[in-house]
Amino acid sequence: MIIRQISIFLENKPGQLAGICRALAKAEVNIATLSLADSADFGIVRMIVDDHVKGARVLTEAGFAVRETEVITVTVPDRPGGMAELMEKIDGAGLDINYSYAYALGHGEKAILVFSFNDNAKAEAALKG
Amino acid sequence: MNAISEKDFMPVEKLRAMQLEKLQKLIPYEYERVALFRRRCDEKGVKPRDLVTLKDLAKFPFMKKTDLRDEYPLGLTAAPMSEINRFHCSSGTTGKPICIPQTAGDVAVWTEGVCRCMAMYGITKDDVVQVSYGYGLFTGGLGAHYGAEALGCAVLPTGAGNTEKQIMLMKDLGVTAICCTPSYFLHLATVAERMGIDFRRDTKLRHGVFGAEPWTDEIREKIEALSGITAHDIYGLTEIAGPGVAGNCPYCHGLHIWEDHFYPEIIDPDTLEVLPDGEEGELVFTTLDRMGTPMVRYRTRDLSRLQTGQCQCGRTMRVMDRVHARSDDMLIIHGVNVFPSQIEACLMKVPEVAPHYMIELSSTETMDRFEIKVEVTADTMSDSMSAMEAVRKRVAASIKEIVGLSPKISLVAPGSLPRSEGKIKRVIDNRRK
Repeated sequence: MIIRQISIFLENKPGQLAGICRALAKAEVNIATLSLADSADFGIVRMIVDDHVKGARVLTEAGFAVRETEVITVTVPDRPGGMAELMEKIDGAGLDINYSYAYALGHGEKAILVFSFNDNAKAEAALKG
Repeated sequence: MNAISEKDFMPVEKLRAMQLEKLQKLIPYEYERVALFRRRCDEKGVKPRDLVTLKDLAKFPFMKKTDLRDEYPLGLTAAPMSEINRFHCSSGTTGKPICIPQTAGDVAVWTEGVCRCMAMYGITKDDVVQVSYGYGLFTGGLGAHYGAEALGCAVLPTGAGNTEKQIMLMKDLGVTAICCTPSYFLHLATVAERMGIDFRRDTKLRHGVFGAEPWTDEIREKIEALSGITAHDIYGLTEIAGPGVAGNCPYCHGLHIWEDHFYPEIIDPDTLEVLPDGEEGELVFTTLDRMGTPMVRYRTRDLSRLQTGQCQCGRTMRVMDRVHARSDDMLIIHGVNVFPSQIEACLMKVPEVAPHYMIELSSTETMDRFEIKVEVTADTMSDSMSAMEAVRKRVAASIKEIVGLSPKISLVAPGSLPRSEGKIKRVIDNRRK
């Protein structure tokens, strides 16, 4: 499924991530999952939230640099081999992954993987089947 | 006293007469050949024949760094190309450099200036001189090189960089004098220590000829304590010659200006009035012998003072205070002239970044640290790390191309750099003063 992700710039100093989470909490936006990418000097936090429009708006208003992008989510069974099967499918379709992160739904039932592919539309089609 | 230094001790009356005589040749020459100068003289209603005494020089218009930029490349060149022997360039106030074509005679005068400085420092033909200034368009390397060669020294033209090799050569070839920026020498000292080399024990180094950036007595003391050498000061600027316009003698607390070639004035930078010796103001130079790109009343923007009274060494050439400040916003970083306006012009070329930036300068143990903070915008922002790094690389490349330096580029959060209503502070200079 194609969904909207929000990415926020993180300066390399303490309290940055807390500020982002506080701004979202105040607006009652719930974070489903997040991942951090960092270089030596700065970072990017990527998030899936329950209301990306509101999330992006409140963060922009709070002074953060925010970018919305499309990512693809894939649900896999939360058991050994669940991931391996998906990866084989991705490789088989010749898809290039930019980055990926995950979150679990419920207790030990399903995991949701978030992907950014070079070609999200092609990936969406390939992974549907 | 050797033959090279003879002119340093010229009787003052003879020196003043010589300066007037040279000016009375230079001003008509410049008036005839350089349109900008002629136009400005005409606007002021002053004619070359109005120069009757040295004081009359004050009637003539100034030249500024922006003139060199506006007249780039050859608008201020007085000699035909067939007479030009050498080009040097320096950074202008924005993207365009300034260009100084010189005749063989101009190069010879400049060489003599460096040579006289070195002789004054006590360097002789028996010395082995390592030139660690950059060679090329920058006047530091070639200026020091020609000066030391004219003195008869054995010259080792290492240029800048490749520090470990420099130290090895210094040790193996018995280098006795080094020419570089004071900050580069401190860097050399750190690398030498890491290599287990003690300047006192393992090298024959005795003299350091330091210039191209402002430095203080504290740094001089540090260098001398660290290495056991004598640290000499050399002053100059590409617009006037290069290094070797002035240097310090063993007695003076300042630098003797080679007044027989470079005529100094001190002006009030606000009223532009000439100030008497002893008062601090902006240093202005007129090149008395230059044919390629003569400069009449060039405003250096360096703040200094012409000292009164005779130096103990007996030299009649006036002593200027060491330059410790400027009357514009030019920064000297790693010996390179940098204007905040240049950095701004570089950033404008990278549309993804905000026009908000901050230049931060600080000193580590040995080197100046040069960092530029740039604000990220919604347009710069990406979910991809490599896309963000690419923005940073574009900024770095743009600065490298125009300024010639590679500062650290830091991306910072939007709105995090200070804003103000009035003149925005773009520079934080925390370097050792």
